[in-house]
Amino acid sequence: MSWFELGPAEWAAVRLSIQVSFWATFVSLPFGLLTAFALARWRFPGKTILNGLVHLPLILPPVVTGYLLLSAFGRRGPLGQFLEQTFGITIAFQWTGAALAAAIMAFPLMVRAMRLAIETVDPKLEEAAATLGAPRVIIFFTITLPLILPGLIAGVILAFAKAMGEFGATITFVSNIPGRTQTLPSAIYAFLQVPGGENAALRLVVISVVIAMSALALSEVFARRAAKRVAGR
Amino acid sequence: MSLSVRIKHHFPNFSLDAAFEAPMGITGLIGPSGSGKSTIINAIAGLLRPDESRIVLGKGALSDTTSGAWRPPRDRAVGYVFQDHRLFPHMNVAKNLDYGRWARGRPRDAARHDQVVELLGLGGLLDRRTAALSGGEKARVGIARALLSGPHLLLMDEPLAALDGDRKGEILPYLERIRDEAEIPIVYVSHALDEVIRLATTLVLMRDGKVIQSGPAEDILCDPASASTLGSTAIGALLPARLTGKSADGLSELSVSGGKLWVPQIEATTERLLRIRVHANDVLLSRERPTGLSALNILPATVARITQGLGPDKLVQLHVGDDFVLAQVTNRSANALELSEGAACFAILKSVAVSQNDISGR
Repeated sequence: MSWFELGPAEWAAVRLSIQVSFWATFVSLPFGLLTAFALARWRFPGKTILNGLVHLPLILPPVVTGYLLLSAFGRRGPLGQFLEQTFGITIAFQWTGAALAAAIMAFPLMVRAMRLAIETVDPKLEEAAATLGAPRVIIFFTITLPLILPGLIAGVILAFAKAMGEFGATITFVSNIPGRTQTLPSAIYAFLQVPGGENAALRLVVISVVIAMSALALSEVFARRAAKRVAGR
Repeated sequence: MSLSVRIKHHFPNFSLDAAFEAPMGITGLIGPSGSGKSTIINAIAGLLRPDESRIVLGKGALSDTTSGAWRPPRDRAVGYVFQDHRLFPHMNVAKNLDYGRWARGRPRDAARHDQVVELLGLGGLLDRRTAALSGGEKARVGIARALLSGPHLLLMDEPLAALDGDRKGEILPYLERIRDEAEIPIVYVSHALDEVIRLATTLVLMRDGKVIQSGPAEDILCDPASASTLGSTAIGALLPARLTGKSADGLSELSVSGGKLWVPQIEATTERLLRIRVHANDVLLSRERPTGLSALNILPATVARITQGLGPDKLVQLHVGDDFVLAQVTNRSANALELSEGAACFAILKSVAVSQNDISGR
């Protein structure tokens, strides 16, 4: 077996991380867009509070976020009990819980990128489209969305990368169960705890670095395209 | 079709209370910055909801606070040409032009499209990105885009304000053609008086949120009372004229109701109908037909009305043929000439006093 080949446990961690990050990003996308719109465009009471809440996971120690999630969504937590009794769903110590933790930790990054993109779109362009006879939905899809699309994609990529790397909240909330909740960072941590695990850990570290760098580079490319598109070049 | 507007709106430190009618042709909304012009046209477009309004286009109410009627901008069929153009940066010129038709889900009308593209000289620009356009080109695309959305009314908010003098001169003839060919009322907001006077068939003068005068352009401009709002250098006659010939020494001959006028050469075909602006301070008066005078245009006139001007001068409204001409003379001259209503005299106009900017299509 060559050094570069991944063992089954390592593969499982990579696969699970991708699965968790995909769903975390995919499900939070509409909420992220809505929040970004609210913060960029709308005036409403409690806007400062919403802004603070969205950014809270950036500031709180991840272990605190994980603990709060566990208190709320654990077996005996109010939301956890509600979900279990109403829908028969448990998310604590499941991969879905890892996805929830990742989504919450990645949310501020996603909202921030989208909000910046929305703020560069001049609402006067939407007014112009309205005077030309376009209904609101059409205006959103033909004017607003195309202009923010690169920023939106940048937000998604950043959120995905952040989700791939989430560790503290995840391990606190859903623990580190191989094949079930063991994501890339949890696996690296676990391999480092056992003698002879350094090679496996190093391979996963390389994979993490590659994913993070590609995500950053991609989001940079899209951010530049966003600026160009809004300037109409 | 005509537009009838009545709007009341209160801002924290400004209130607007205005009413006017805009018939076919161009209605020029003139007034200093902050007099409420933009508020009015945004209310007509439905981009601003006034406290009280009744805006009727043809037979349909765009808004009426007494009945609660309110049509959102997309249902008004009102084309809006913005000062900042507001072209969609992610679309090329062709897509910008087609947006209104497409958004309303109407079938393509190639003939109409080609007509407007030709009217505004956009044939070579269709594939261009909007950021690559000059200011004048952007203005023309903005105008064409509004025209192609199938409007029943066109609003123009300082469409030329961002352009320098040469570019303005380039676009004014297009606007004259639109005025004459588009069979809809056009409301034109500007604080550039000469530009509005050249285009407008109806004038609405505004100050501090109120309409102080409104009516046909030639009546307003020739009304001595307008001196206080437009300034005594702006007022004068707008004479309908017909180009009847050109002379070898570089002059054009025009026929007006009161006789013939010689003016510097006009680039237009003979028999073309024109509108000549004659400034009140360019007109001299004489009780007898003068001889040995360099001025070429001497028209018999009758004094219709004499009004005190803003300074030591009188504004003398004259009947020249079927039209009115305004002359600004000093009080001293008015007394010396013993001018009185009904007196016969001669109105004298230097040919070179009529500049190219004073001549427009009709």
